[in-house]
Amino acid sequence: MYGLGIIRGMGITLKHFVDTYVDDLRFLGKRYYDESSLKVRQGPKAAGAFTVQYPEEKLAMPERFRFVPFLLFEENEDGTTQDRCTSCGICSKVCPPQCIWIERTKDPVTKRPVPEPKDFHIDIDICMNCGYCAEFCPFDAIKMDHDYELSSYDRTSAHVFNKERLSKPVSYYASIRPNFFLAEEKVRAEENKKKAKQAEAKAKAKGGGKAKAAAPAPAAAAPAAVAEAPAPAAAPAASAADLDAAAKKKALAEKRKAMIAARKAKKGK
Amino acid sequence: MAAPATPNTETEVLSLEEKFAGIASPDTREGYEGYIIAADKAEEVVKYIRDDLGYDYLSSVTGVDYLEDDHMEVVYHAFKTEGGPALNFKIQTDRENPRVPSITHLYPAAEFQEREAYDMYGILFDGHPDLRRILMWDDFEGWPMRKDWKEAYYEAETKPFKNRWPGGDVYRIEANNPFNKNVVYPEGFNLNGYNPLGDKTLYDMLNQYDRGGSNLKTDQIVVNIGPQHPSTHGVFRMVVRLDGENVNALKPVFGYLHRNHEKIGERNTWLMNMPYTDRLDYLTSMCNNHAYALTVEKMMGLEVPERADYIRVLMNELTRIASHLWATGFLLNDLGAFQTPMLYLIKNRELILDFFEATSGTRMMCNYSRFGGVAYDLPDTLRDENTMDWLHEMIHERLPRGLEELERFLSNNEIVRTRAIGLSPVTAQEAIALGMSGPMLRAAGVPYDVRRAEPYGIYDRFDFDIPVGTTGDVYDRYLVRVNEIRESIKILKQCLRDMPAKGDIMSVKPGYTHKVPAGEAYGRGENPKGELGFYCVSKGKGHPYRYHIRAPSFINLTGLEKLCVGTKIADVVVVLGSIDIVLGEVDR
Repeated sequence: MYGLGIIRGMGITLKHFVDTYVDDLRFLGKRYYDESSLKVRQGPKAAGAFTVQYPEEKLAMPERFRFVPFLLFEENEDGTTQDRCTSCGICSKVCPPQCIWIERTKDPVTKRPVPEPKDFHIDIDICMNCGYCAEFCPFDAIKMDHDYELSSYDRTSAHVFNKERLSKPVSYYASIRPNFFLAEEKVRAEENKKKAKQAEAKAKAKGGGKAKAAAPAPAAAAPAAVAEAPAPAAAPAASAADLDAAAKKKALAEKRKAMIAARKAKKGK
Repeated sequence: MAAPATPNTETEVLSLEEKFAGIASPDTREGYEGYIIAADKAEEVVKYIRDDLGYDYLSSVTGVDYLEDDHMEVVYHAFKTEGGPALNFKIQTDRENPRVPSITHLYPAAEFQEREAYDMYGILFDGHPDLRRILMWDDFEGWPMRKDWKEAYYEAETKPFKNRWPGGDVYRIEANNPFNKNVVYPEGFNLNGYNPLGDKTLYDMLNQYDRGGSNLKTDQIVVNIGPQHPSTHGVFRMVVRLDGENVNALKPVFGYLHRNHEKIGERNTWLMNMPYTDRLDYLTSMCNNHAYALTVEKMMGLEVPERADYIRVLMNELTRIASHLWATGFLLNDLGAFQTPMLYLIKNRELILDFFEATSGTRMMCNYSRFGGVAYDLPDTLRDENTMDWLHEMIHERLPRGLEELERFLSNNEIVRTRAIGLSPVTAQEAIALGMSGPMLRAAGVPYDVRRAEPYGIYDRFDFDIPVGTTGDVYDRYLVRVNEIRESIKILKQCLRDMPAKGDIMSVKPGYTHKVPAGEAYGRGENPKGELGFYCVSKGKGHPYRYHIRAPSFINLTGLEKLCVGTKIADVVVVLGSIDIVLGEVDR
């Protein structure tokens, strides 16, 4: 019958309309402005109106969400802060649109470079949020942020972030990416242990007692931080797999060696 | 139209070097393949390739500038529509006076691509029907892709740049070369007496068209649709010649979003190009990443771990669904069903993007593939739900339900059927000749899908069908897309079932420098819009020497004039919607 398709289409529109009100009943009036119901409303079992009442309600960012990078600093117990960044410049090298500029520090007396940036600039208008800087930073010093509300009235100077604007404490990082933080801290603790052992061995070889006393101190501080950090509820077995990244890396390296050998053998033929 | 002749079955088909000794010689440079053809006999050889060897589908045409060797090259990649690897042939020409015979009369698919090669390299194609600039504006001076050409805000040959902010002062590169001063005029140029001829040429060209046999004393008018027009899906312009409401000539004009992506790509390192590929077809960044990674992996000889391959397929097929939902939604928008049905479709797309966001960190600019795997493993949870449960719910329940609803309220809708059935049909031969790919080609009845014709990744493990249409009209294109969503769901179900629960996601140690052995490679993947190809040339350095993109949206537009002539002006919008273009990819 002519017109049946249109009636059917209208029926579906009506169904969507009614669904929203039926869904309201399901949440007993708590459909909006409620975090737990928002998650259901935005999940695969959602029915009815799908919109989020931004800015009154905001979707929680997934842990991996990435936006403009920020710099991490450690908060020491005595109130001083320590940048993790050593101004090695890998982030500015891998940056595809080349938006990072680091000013390196030089010791005023010895004129030697100090592993701490004097200033650090990111032009966030140029930044394409690819996340390479965070991915390849060997010191876990630069990470991608969750803060996406960056509008300003000034297009030029306000959008070149300096070190002060970029720096955020490690505790902030731990709050936005708990799983990543725990995995990284574990690797760092292991590395510190290794370093301490090496230092110890060196000290023994030298026979000097001073170095021995100084080296293990920072190493001991790091594992303690891991133990204290609250384990989030959603950190099940898979993230535990991430934790032994060191072992994985080793396996990968071996695999790669084998592959290279195989390729060479192929070429030889 | 160039209908492929039936292959000569009586005598055995000779290979190129046997048939054309001395004319077509194998390319012996290290890492290269294919043939180099003498320019003066090219016509004969290309005809043989098409008719006797059976390579009826011309995929990509592009130029390469070998500055050190002082010559330029036009590289062609042709395929057989029954499947199989490419035949790669090249014609070399000198840099001073580059001239190459055009092959548009043999392969109409070459029309826009030859224009692009002319636009970017200044290579003149003898016998091309309409050799104008295509991406740059008509009065542009210089050939942007040549190796000795430098852009207005030139900093250095390759990244990383040494002196982005010399002396530590933060400033913008525009300060070097402020706006209005970034244009270099040719010598003796009189700015005041300047009268741009580009549009006038275009209008004059359209006026030459046959005015039809009507004996009514009507006048014909030239109308511009776009570049700012909601129905053109971006900054795209069609110049149409109208007789009443009938379209009797049409020329697409584009390049408004041109940013010389390929030149940027040649300044970048191999890895830096990955996030740039996101910005090509910004609705399908996962597929773009995959195709680019495939190309570079081909050159480097890298293997991909099993789990990473499954994740890539998972992402590709979800992207395909999202993109087809978008395309169908906007086709309805173009048909006049404004916004409402589109939003029903986009609901499901939003959920897919949620998954992308949880996995890669971004909804659209995913930057997810790496050479030798993917960047991250799947997340443990998604909106506080186990990811695998979420995916299961999505693939087994939500998406099929959404598809069913879509079919219920659209496929038999009288308005859709009246508007779309029989509108701008295209035959299989025409579609192949015009180089159409993806749903456009399959709607015309050619079951050609890269996933089947030349399987990449692990696509040979899945059981799926290739939906085809019969007449190639707008309704068939719509149906092919809907059925492709169904097939994608089928693949996804198998993917979810067979995916190893744990495993490596990278076969090599992640790193940011890649040594790619010298040579060339053409990698391609089946994007939702069609065949996305990357042609890369490496000189063994950290940067691609040539980085070319065979953009499906761009090449599908080659047939736009053919599709639109004879339709009404209101239908032009629908036809364009049914091609499903994304301007980020068309203009590059």
